[in-house]
Amino acid sequence: MPVTSAAVRERSPVRPLPAPDTPRRNTVKRQTHPMWFLAPAFAILLVFFFLPTLFNFVYAFTDWSGFKSSINPTGFDNFTQLASDGTLLRAVRITLVYAVLVALFQNLFGFGLAVLLERDNTLNRVARIFFLVPVLMSALAVGYIFQALLKPQGSLNHLLGIDYAWLGDTTWTIVVVAVIHAWKWMGLSMLIYLAGLKTIPEDLIEAARIDGASRARAFWSIRFPLLAPAVTFNVATALLGSMNGFDIVQATTGGGPARTTEILNIFIYRTFGQGLFAQATAMSLVLFLLVALLAFPVIRTLRRREAVL
Amino acid sequence: MSRFWTRAQPVAAIALVLSVIGIPLWLVVVTAAKSQGEALNPDLSLPQHWQLLENLRQVWVDGEVPAAFFGSLLVVVPTVALLLTFGSMAAWVLARRATRLNAVLYALGISGIVLPPAVVTVVLLLRQLGLAGSAIGMIGVYTGIYLSTVIFFVTGFVRTIPPALEEAAQIDGAGPFMVFWRIVLPLLRPVLATATILICLYVWNDVFYAFFVVGGRLDTLPLNLFRVASAGLYLNNWHLIFAYVLLMSLPLVVVLAVAQRKIISGITGGAVK
Repeated sequence: MPVTSAAVRERSPVRPLPAPDTPRRNTVKRQTHPMWFLAPAFAILLVFFFLPTLFNFVYAFTDWSGFKSSINPTGFDNFTQLASDGTLLRAVRITLVYAVLVALFQNLFGFGLAVLLERDNTLNRVARIFFLVPVLMSALAVGYIFQALLKPQGSLNHLLGIDYAWLGDTTWTIVVVAVIHAWKWMGLSMLIYLAGLKTIPEDLIEAARIDGASRARAFWSIRFPLLAPAVTFNVATALLGSMNGFDIVQATTGGGPARTTEILNIFIYRTFGQGLFAQATAMSLVLFLLVALLAFPVIRTLRRREAVL
Repeated sequence: MSRFWTRAQPVAAIALVLSVIGIPLWLVVVTAAKSQGEALNPDLSLPQHWQLLENLRQVWVDGEVPAAFFGSLLVVVPTVALLLTFGSMAAWVLARRATRLNAVLYALGISGIVLPPAVVTVVLLLRQLGLAGSAIGMIGVYTGIYLSTVIFFVTGFVRTIPPALEEAAQIDGAGPFMVFWRIVLPLLRPVLATATILICLYVWNDVFYAFFVVGGRLDTLPLNLFRVASAGLYLNNWHLIFAYVLLMSLPLVVVLAVAQRKIISGITGGAVK
């Protein structure tokens, strides 16, 4: 462990006495909080997380496949091939559209539920638990339930008295699937919004009411802005989480109709199953870069609101 | 306005629960109790003849539920144990020794919260390690994926604990391992509960990573649901799919009913303080 050089810059924000950066203190720290405590966790991270990620940057540029045993470098061939038939751009676009829609719906639903069920009484508490059931259920199961509900001869069409192929529309099915994804996770957003609403002191709203603000005005001008941290957290997790989504899309449409709901992970799963490992790796790298690119601004915003986390 | 809201709110809440949650769950229960012919086109009607137990028994055998259940347990339990032990060991030192190196290690350690794991190349790596398709490989992959979450939550929590308790034990001559095991770990109980709930939720329900790592080699509950459903959709066996869904979700619903307060505070405790 390369401890010594870094340990010299030891800062100790918690302790009251200013005893900064003496070598003696660092010796003490080295004994009381040894760096080898990090070893098991970082060994696992290295082998099972960082190394595969590094491999992504290597094998995306090879002809690795299930059909032959040798692996040769091919440069950017996988990417030019994916780009030339439009697959790359389409998959990226679909993934982004899906993520934005999920973030939007999940937060709308979660926020609406939080406002509706805000008061702490028995009815609301029971209702909240019901909205948590989908959060705990397997996403695959949720997908199958909605596949059955949304069949052309399914229950929803029966209830509405229409005949619409909810999961067979090349334009709107992605929206339907995003709503299903949001349905599964809206209970989680609701809980976080509820917790956010609770942190707002009652006297703030009282003061506004005394000043003559209407209920609606007090809500939108005072409580809503104070919910900003919860909004940031919910939007960030929904956005980045759904970019890595798979189960719900796989269980409802499997990427169809006509591959209009084929988000990156569906593509990766499908090409991997066909033995086209290098193409799957290339797309996996694209997903990695896409999320990394989006994550930095999102994390910066999150850190700015560190008080919430 | 206010009086209207007080009156309308309970009605709206009940209506919403019944339609938005009730209808899908009702569909599962009634379809799971129907015969194959009746379930061909799943609808909300009651089954003419309840055969829930027969259907459950059939998926229990066809879907190899006992094997899948133990497969899931075999993966989830060691994953949670490794994550909590190694994650909190690392988080403790990262929180207490604020060096520049540790700031870098912390950033690396939590990067996995947002960055997607490399699912394809991890298969290659496991093959090279001789762990392909094994439970150990799966446990390693899950641990690698969710260590970030644990390190993030626990480090944040350790920073809120005053170090005086540790110091007292150190003065009494306790070594770092003793201090960690006897003093720090018990104090971490609330945040470890949160982490356990989240990890169980993710790992128990995961099918995507399992496809790549152990697909076809080890039974887990979601993998077998996928197998039953993939065969079932072709054969229109909706009654069996939903019987399986019911079997698989029941333990979670029971846990939710019993420990709802813990789960709710656990989930929100991580996000908003």
